[in-house]
Amino acid sequence: MSPGTGLVREIRSKNAGPFWVTIDVFCRDADAFEVVRTRLETAEVARVLQADPQRLKRFDISELHVIKFSLPRPHVQGARLDRDMHGASFAVLVQEVLEAAGGSG
Amino acid sequence: MAATDADRGLNAGARPGTAPTAHGQGADPQVRVLIPSGALGISIDPAALETGLTMAPDIIAIDGGSTDSGPFYLGTGTCKYARASIEREWAMLMRARARLGVPLLIGTAGTCGVDAMVDWMLEITAKIAAEDPAGVGAALKVATLKSSQSPATLAEQFSHGAISALEGAPDIEAVDFAGCSQAVALAGAEQIQAALETGADIIIAGRATDTAVIAALPLARGCHAGGAWHGAKIGECGALATDNPGSGAILIEFDAAGFTVQPTGAGVQATPHTVSAHMLYENADPFVLHEPGGHLDVTGARYTALDARRVRVEGSVWVATDAYTVKLEGARQAGFQTVSLVMVRDPHYVAHIKDWVEALEAAFRAREASNVAGDFELEFRLMGQDATLGALETQVMGIEGGTDGVHEVGVMAIITASTQVQARDIARLLNPYLLHFPLTENQPMPTFAFAFSPPEMDRGALYEFQLNHVLRLADPMAAFVLETHEIGVSA
Repeated sequence: MSPGTGLVREIRSKNAGPFWVTIDVFCRDADAFEVVRTRLETAEVARVLQADPQRLKRFDISELHVIKFSLPRPHVQGARLDRDMHGASFAVLVQEVLEAAGGSG
Repeated sequence: MAATDADRGLNAGARPGTAPTAHGQGADPQVRVLIPSGALGISIDPAALETGLTMAPDIIAIDGGSTDSGPFYLGTGTCKYARASIEREWAMLMRARARLGVPLLIGTAGTCGVDAMVDWMLEITAKIAAEDPAGVGAALKVATLKSSQSPATLAEQFSHGAISALEGAPDIEAVDFAGCSQAVALAGAEQIQAALETGADIIIAGRATDTAVIAALPLARGCHAGGAWHGAKIGECGALATDNPGSGAILIEFDAAGFTVQPTGAGVQATPHTVSAHMLYENADPFVLHEPGGHLDVTGARYTALDARRVRVEGSVWVATDAYTVKLEGARQAGFQTVSLVMVRDPHYVAHIKDWVEALEAAFRAREASNVAGDFELEFRLMGQDATLGALETQVMGIEGGTDGVHEVGVMAIITASTQVQARDIARLLNPYLLHFPLTENQPMPTFAFAFSPPEMDRGALYEFQLNHVLRLADPMAAFVLETHEIGVSA
């Protein structure tokens, strides 16, 4: 997504091979990272992505001020029911979770 | 098992003769790899390339593809980019190679890296050599490394337990390999090193890991294995690990303790943040990267700015495994598709778009079932409503959600059938429904907007990825074919 002006600089999602998608939340700085990591609840991210919470991997990377989620794609890349070849649109859903939890700004 | 860089059998000293020039070997190895672009065919910045050539690289390495653009390219064994782009950029690199006298290496030739694409790149190489012998060299030795796998052989290997599934892989049986129109194994550093060892001027490799084409020479010269793989990951997409991802070229300097990243584009900077953040890119685990023969662990990596442009990285670890495995990719044909697109602008229909599509589909299936031979799939995607996210969409439109800000909807009907003719015929049966179907029987017959005549668009064959597996090999070369060719040699 486009760079923000508040807590989050960018949220991006992308294929990690044809079978997985990974979502990176780049926070503005260390303080923003601490706020966002609290607001961004794993269970809620799993809910909006309709993902099995057991298969949703989360990495809180304080050195980079990044929170990363990785999960199996809802549909394998390019399969008949896949709608987003590069998996770039899943970032929008995580952005909405953050907005609902108190905002990214 | 083994968890240190020195444990990797094919590293220090194993192939001391690999490649013709060296800045340093043995106890003080140093290898400079110039990566002129993220992929051949995207574009190469001539100025950034020229600057990179002044930095005395030991090899020019570039990626030729990946699965990133979807299964079509592997399924059909074709290249994503225009041949004109490939020829133009490859000629630039062949001339650069000739000036420096260093190897030029491409991995995953032709997007998918099947054998036919290796042959295609070889033919392009010969054509360029014939057209410009003074620029690229009158006599060239070219090594080709082929990665295609026979479905029948894979089925046999699967039956013998040599193939195992990765996390999230589709459930398959031995018989499913026969359905793969194309299958490849991803070469690692060992196979690329074998190609370099031939002393070839140019190496055209089929499917290989993005990192292997960069890491192979540093590993062969005894550079730090963790640093070699980590630096290769950082450089695999060219300047994507810098503050100007569109700037193209990057130079990675490998040595006994780690690596240094330096972009070559004017004014472009690599910073500890841009470099470290690139481990996140297209990688499910930000600290671990699996490769043939082991995995990279960057948990302990340290990133230091040497100046405003360059970043030094040390502390990455290569963890070798007992079993040597290569990843497999395969694609199968999954029918043929025809797409029809109609635009709905009438406010009443926009407000009731889901009801309209549901009623239209129900009427179509009820009235036309007897006119359709064979099985088919019909799917509607509503552009302007939920075409991108489908069931994950959170925004509600229509009667319940209102239509604020939505004044038109594109209705895309996707028909998938066993033949193109069948898919097209079904789309033609659907045509009058898309054009004139009323929301209720007592409404005047509406007419919606077709953008084209005919509105049906044949998509051709649908391909799907079939494999997410690894193949165990006793000999890393067992699944690959290495050959050398002399081109441009006068009789």
